[in-house]
Amino acid sequence: MSTDPSPTTAPRGRYVLHTKTGWMVFAATATIALVVVPLLNRLPSESSVLHVPDFAVPLLGKFLCYAIVALALDLVWGYAGILSLGHGVFFTLGGYAMGMHLMRVSAGEGVYRSELPDFMVFLDWKELPWYWRGFQSLPFALAMALFVPGALAFVFGYFAFRSRIKGVYLSIITQALTYAFSLLFFRNATGFGGNNGLTDFKRLAGFSLQDPNTKLGLYVASGVALAASYLLCRFVVAGRVGKVLTAVRDAEPKARFSGYDTVRYKLFAWTMSAVLCGVAGALYTPQVGIINPSEMAPSSSIEMVLWVAVGGRGTLVGAIVGAFAVSGAKSWLTASLPSAWLYCLGALFIVVTLVLPRGLAGLPDAARKLRATFERRRRTGAKVDARASEGVASETREERA
Amino acid sequence: MTRPPLFLRIDDVSVTFDGFRALDHLSLAIDQGELRCIIGPNGAGKTTLMDVITGKTRPDSGTVQLVADTCDLTELAEHEVVRHGVGRKFQRPTVFQGHSVIENLELAVHGSKSVWRALFVRLDAEQRRTIDEVLDRIGLADRAHDEAGTLSHGQKQWLEIGMLLAQRPKLLLVDEPVAGMTHQETERTAALLQSLAGDHTVVVVEHDMDFVRSIAQKVTVLHEGRVLAEGSMAAIQADPRVVEVYLGA
Repeated sequence: MSTDPSPTTAPRGRYVLHTKTGWMVFAATATIALVVVPLLNRLPSESSVLHVPDFAVPLLGKFLCYAIVALALDLVWGYAGILSLGHGVFFTLGGYAMGMHLMRVSAGEGVYRSELPDFMVFLDWKELPWYWRGFQSLPFALAMALFVPGALAFVFGYFAFRSRIKGVYLSIITQALTYAFSLLFFRNATGFGGNNGLTDFKRLAGFSLQDPNTKLGLYVASGVALAASYLLCRFVVAGRVGKVLTAVRDAEPKARFSGYDTVRYKLFAWTMSAVLCGVAGALYTPQVGIINPSEMAPSSSIEMVLWVAVGGRGTLVGAIVGAFAVSGAKSWLTASLPSAWLYCLGALFIVVTLVLPRGLAGLPDAARKLRATFERRRRTGAKVDARASEGVASETREERA
Repeated sequence: MTRPPLFLRIDDVSVTFDGFRALDHLSLAIDQGELRCIIGPNGAGKTTLMDVITGKTRPDSGTVQLVADTCDLTELAEHEVVRHGVGRKFQRPTVFQGHSVIENLELAVHGSKSVWRALFVRLDAEQRRTIDEVLDRIGLADRAHDEAGTLSHGQKQWLEIGMLLAQRPKLLLVDEPVAGMTHQETERTAALLQSLAGDHTVVVVEHDMDFVRSIAQKVTVLHEGRVLAEGSMAAIQADPRVVEVYLGA
């Protein structure tokens, strides 16, 4: 046994978030999203090809929110191996918290000019239910947008992980969770606007939601939130916690026998993921102008999983790319060829599973491998040709002899 | 020669699975620094015994005590048992396939394993020294940065033993360490385990009789969830009951 171990074999004491190139790509992407796009919306004239039209700003903002959800999902699925088919519930709860605030600050400006939200007047309710109290304060609503999804995830996760429910069983329960919540929110009596959800928002923090400047502001806020979420997730997965999470994903019993309380690690990632979804939901509602229980439908949560699957799991970047690619394609297709979207979605799922198990993030690697194979084949092919022609030459020589 | 102090006391442990008695009022005592081999035919309860000690299976009755700690291991969860200094190597080599060799050791190394600490924790000098020592000891220093999934079967077994050592356990439970190993690898493993005894208390479950013969100081034979015989390898081999249930078969 050596008493003076060489320092070269020891792992470095610090963890690296990004390589230099990685930071440059991050900075460039952030600049484009947070500076270039807003400038292209404000500066060029509307006829210019460079102009980003006003309608595109909240659309892009919506994609940014989706990307935060995809990140959150990648954290639990890609790293900890927990496939959630119910992340829509956390996203929507965050959205409702913000929606409730927007309803409260628009009080008196609805169709019925009542202090109560229109749907409550319609239901002939006389006063605000207790759980609506406090939401006229923006800080309170924002806190709830983080706290409610986080608390739900914590309680759900605590019981699920402690009972060692894993894999497909856990996925099914998460699906049931979001479905149950959608049924609950569909009911008028629950007090969240039932089927229609919350809509007809007027302003946020004093700014009119109809004003393009407000929309641009929300877009930038979403971009900042995405960048911050990304760095936070990167920080978690680059350090010891990320290594433990992947260890749990690959061999949970072994992680336990290495001294890790795997329930706590899973619970940490799971709750953090839900809180990020809450942030995304809170930013989503004012940009889209409506939040309703269909966001909690099982199919919405499955679509979220698809973003990560298409982008490539366990890379974080892939999740963001996937969210943009899939929801971009959806926006475009549902406008130009509405009937084709579901077929495309199904086809996409099959193609990704069969051909690109590592998603778009795996493309560079796959391409490199493919090229290497071609190269090798060409080289060996050339050698075979050379040998063949040599053989022919020697044969002819022999013949001559 | 004075007898070393008692280290682990297993007292009257019973485990039943769906009516099948895997362990039947089993009692066993292991001394500090001992290298004990546990043998027995299939279904004798060897692996169940390991499961009980490490908190994976809760017994119907009985206690498992680390004498120095005076705590009952049967009341603890797996990760808590580990924190009391018990390390276990599984029958099939289980390492974290996607992590490099050195990351595997880093995950196993002694120190706080709490999630909040893990967010900001860095390896300290002592942990790094441990990792280097272990890498040397298991002979994988030149593979340190390779993915554990790319190691050979024998190397994975060693890495797993290395992960145990990095935890700095007082008690090592090793389940069939040489299954599937080549002759050479088996010899190296025997030497490794023998070098560990003394500083650590080592319990080995093994089927390979040649291997047991080569390392054993004291052998316990389990049969139908009970201790059938205990003693030196020579005494065991001479015992007619043992021959009947196990060796003769």
